[in-house]
Amino acid sequence: MARATPEIPNASMADIAFLLLTFFLVTTTINNDRGLSIGLPPPPDPNQDVEVKMQEKNIFKIQVNSTDALLIEGEPMEDVSGLKDMIKKFVTNKGVDPASSESPEKAIVSFKTDRGTSHKRFVEILDIVQGAYYDIYAEQAGVTNKEFREAASALADPEKKAIYERGKKDIPMNISIAEPTKVGN
Amino acid sequence: MSKFKKKAEVKQEIPTSSMPDVVFMLLFFFMVTTQLRKTSIEVKQQIPRAGQLRKLERKTLVTNLYIGEPTKAVYGKEPKIQANDVFIDTNDIIRWVNEEKSKLAEFERDQLTISLKVDKDTKRGIIADVETELRKGNARKILYTALDNADPKKN
Repeated sequence: MARATPEIPNASMADIAFLLLTFFLVTTTINNDRGLSIGLPPPPDPNQDVEVKMQEKNIFKIQVNSTDALLIEGEPMEDVSGLKDMIKKFVTNKGVDPASSESPEKAIVSFKTDRGTSHKRFVEILDIVQGAYYDIYAEQAGVTNKEFREAASALADPEKKAIYERGKKDIPMNISIAEPTKVGN
Repeated sequence: MSKFKKKAEVKQEIPTSSMPDVVFMLLFFFMVTTQLRKTSIEVKQQIPRAGQLRKLERKTLVTNLYIGEPTKAVYGKEPKIQANDVFIDTNDIIRWVNEEKSKLAEFERDQLTISLKVDKDTKRGIIADVETELRKGNARKILYTALDNADPKKN
């Protein structure tokens, strides 16, 4: 006598799996925790008088007002495409041009916004400033900009750390984000 | 005529027997990578774009702060700060930072990174206030979350 073998029908298995797959495809949000990384300065010490004298020539001034208009070293600028090269030139001047920075250590990029400046503009400019520094670092380390940034995010790897340190040598990222002025808001 | 008869019909079918396996594999991949969001974000989140992005090293050290205009009209038009599931005021930030720090092991508390997810139309004023509080709370590693310029999709 032929015995009926108990079997689960599996013809619809693919359909069920597809349904589940579609569900997860739709609900998935692949976390993109990527962005512009900065370190804030320590909190101001009320007992200490913060009157730091800097030479004018060592500061590269970027100002953005409440209408998102840009002022570079006191000059209005419409097109930001040339800004990155200006910063690179300023940081790596090393005293060649007496009106520009003395050394990369002393060079400071000062970025001042207004309370009414939009975050979009802020990120756009900060991106350019950091881009200029990363370009310099990458060149010094002998890698591409992207490789350098990847190395900077994986410092646990000694090889990557070596690249990172080689790139950053003698050139601190001196970006000063000043307290915003109070015109807008 | 039979001489010209085709020898065999070539089967033109894709073998489907392994399809469930393939589908299951994809399914498991998405199941594993999916992170169901615990908190619902109640502020507008149109993240700005940038090119010089950095990845975060350790995800466990990151906490998010969402800033933007509330999505519900009940909360008004002014940009608000959302931490976890609630709106907080700038004065509460230090307390919030300390709470977040207490969740971490002692030796990595100073490495706490705050990921600021800010809507692109938010004004700098409120962000600067948040930064000032974060400085006081000694959480000084900041990430302005941004999308990749080179990535054409979204926004």
